[in-house]
Amino acid sequence: MFDDLYQEIILDHNRRPRNCRVIEDTPHHAEGHNPLCGDEVKIFLKMEDDRVVDVAFQGNGCAISTASASLMTEALRGKTLEEAHELFGAFHEMVKGQNPPESKDLGKLQVFSGLSDYPMRVKCATLCWHTLQAAIEKRKEVVSVE
Amino acid sequence: MTGLGAESIRDEGYQAPASIDPMAIRADFPTLHQEVYGHPLVYLDNAASAQTPQSVIDAIVRFYQNDYSNVHRGVHRLSQVATDAYEAVRRDVKQLLNAADEREIIFTKGTTESINLVASSFGERFIGEGDEILITAMEHHANIVPWQLVCERKGARLRVVPIDERGELLLDELETMITPRTKLVAVVHISNALGTVNPVKRIAEIAHRRDVPVLVDGAQSVPHQRIDVQELDCDFFAFSGHKVYGPTGVGVLYGKSRWLEEMPPYQGGGDMILKVTFERTTFADLPNKFEAGTPNIAGVIGLGAALEYLQAIGVGRVRAHEDRLLSYATESLGAVPGVRLIGTAREKAGVLSFVVSGIHPHDIGTIVDRYGVAIRVGHHCAQPVMRRFDVAATARASFAMYNTFDEVDVFVDAVRKAIEVFS
Ligand SMILES: Cc1ncc(COP(=O)(O)O)c(C=O)c1O
Repeated sequence: MFDDLYQEIILDHNRRPRNCRVIEDTPHHAEGHNPLCGDEVKIFLKMEDDRVVDVAFQGNGCAISTASASLMTEALRGKTLEEAHELFGAFHEMVKGQNPPESKDLGKLQVFSGLSDYPMRVKCATLCWHTLQAAIEKRKEVVSVE
Repeated sequence: MTGLGAESIRDEGYQAPASIDPMAIRADFPTLHQEVYGHPLVYLDNAASAQTPQSVIDAIVRFYQNDYSNVHRGVHRLSQVATDAYEAVRRDVKQLLNAADEREIIFTKGTTESINLVASSFGERFIGEGDEILITAMEHHANIVPWQLVCERKGARLRVVPIDERGELLLDELETMITPRTKLVAVVHISNALGTVNPVKRIAEIAHRRDVPVLVDGAQSVPHQRIDVQELDCDFFAFSGHKVYGPTGVGVLYGKSRWLEEMPPYQGGGDMILKVTFERTTFADLPNKFEAGTPNIAGVIGLGAALEYLQAIGVGRVRAHEDRLLSYATESLGAVPGVRLIGTAREKAGVLSFVVSGIHPHDIGTIVDRYGVAIRVGHHCAQPVMRRFDVAATARASFAMYNTFDEVDVFVDAVRKAIEVFS
């Protein structure tokens, strides 16, 4: 019944989040907060030239936000900044139901396409991405999705 | 869980043991008769907002269709009718709360505004630098933030009475925390996050021995028990229409006239004046002094209908029914492996807050919703409570007069299914 939202990949990344650690000595880190539900996430990013060489997160949140952060870190590694921005744009459109899921290859991130039926939960999945943006820009203030 | 059932409500609000028939009551509530994702709606988010009976909806429609006009302003017929209807509700509220005088009943837009009114106006007049305001660790943000704002403005200090691991207030601590600098004790009657019923009468006794007035946040208590502000002897009492089966955007502040008379106006405008010149304005008497501008007239009419409905059923019977539901749900949910109940006070009403190990409340909320079960998940506007129990959020089922034992079964089943998804 919940195959559309709580797919096995999401449950798995919630149980065993990947890249769930701190990256020391990087200026690219930021904190995000969802005031509605109290979800918190920290994103750490290591850049070389224009490329993401390492990315990690730490957080406290629901299955959707944890799995989203975990899958995001996997998807970003090795991407250029421009590619990362594009990915976020496509991801954002998909979870808000604004484009047909197959219009762009989002790889594993495709598992979140079911979210468009759960508008109250979209922010759970996008919090980490907004926080990523802040980490890229080295913003210090806590990112808040509302 | 102990102390539930008839025993626990002997002191306050208990009227008659005769039980109510929730099925008959449900017929009065149109919203309840719908399906959500193919399942009958099980509405267990009553502590956020209770549903409205048809009589409330009808009263509002009738008012707009027949009697609608501004109040206190016209010599014409409709204005008189509207004013009479509006003022009749003030008398109803006076009766409901057993206030000494209807001038002590002020209409606001809800509990939040009622508390802000006191914080702002009482604060302006009576709170100064170095003074203290005492609240508790189980307050809703509506009874925290307005006081923080006053403290900031006045250089006063907010002090917080702790609670124990059951979610009960430490009364001894409260007593010792009242100092000569304490200007007000503000306390929730029934906690929306934990269900704890606070002994507000005792608290008022303790505070009054030291000449400190007491504000009671009654947002959650009016739907669940009889309120007698003279017996409780509280100085202020606040509640909201939408939690007592009435409309949103309307609420009440009760205040003892001895305080209200000395407090400056909260807002300025029409209806709250006797005479205005550019040099000087004299303010109207109570209660108009605190009701600037056109009020939520239709909301007040709807509130009147809601109180009439609640009183016709009998709040004591409502509470007895809800206590049975709560006690059944506590046992039934408590037996589910991995469930931890948050808030196990001996005196509890209406609310069952819980977490499930390894599953975030949001995921529980989303899954049970797909079975038609509406519960609240999150911090319930009580983040300090969440921190006290070391959780980020909880899931909360809250009960009303129209809920049934079958609904509790559906709810507990849905929680079990959520656990299965994650197992
Ligand atoms: C205990 C308590 N106090 C205050 C409030 C605020 O009420 P309102 O939002 O109607 O102003 C609520 C409602 O959530 C509550 O449960």
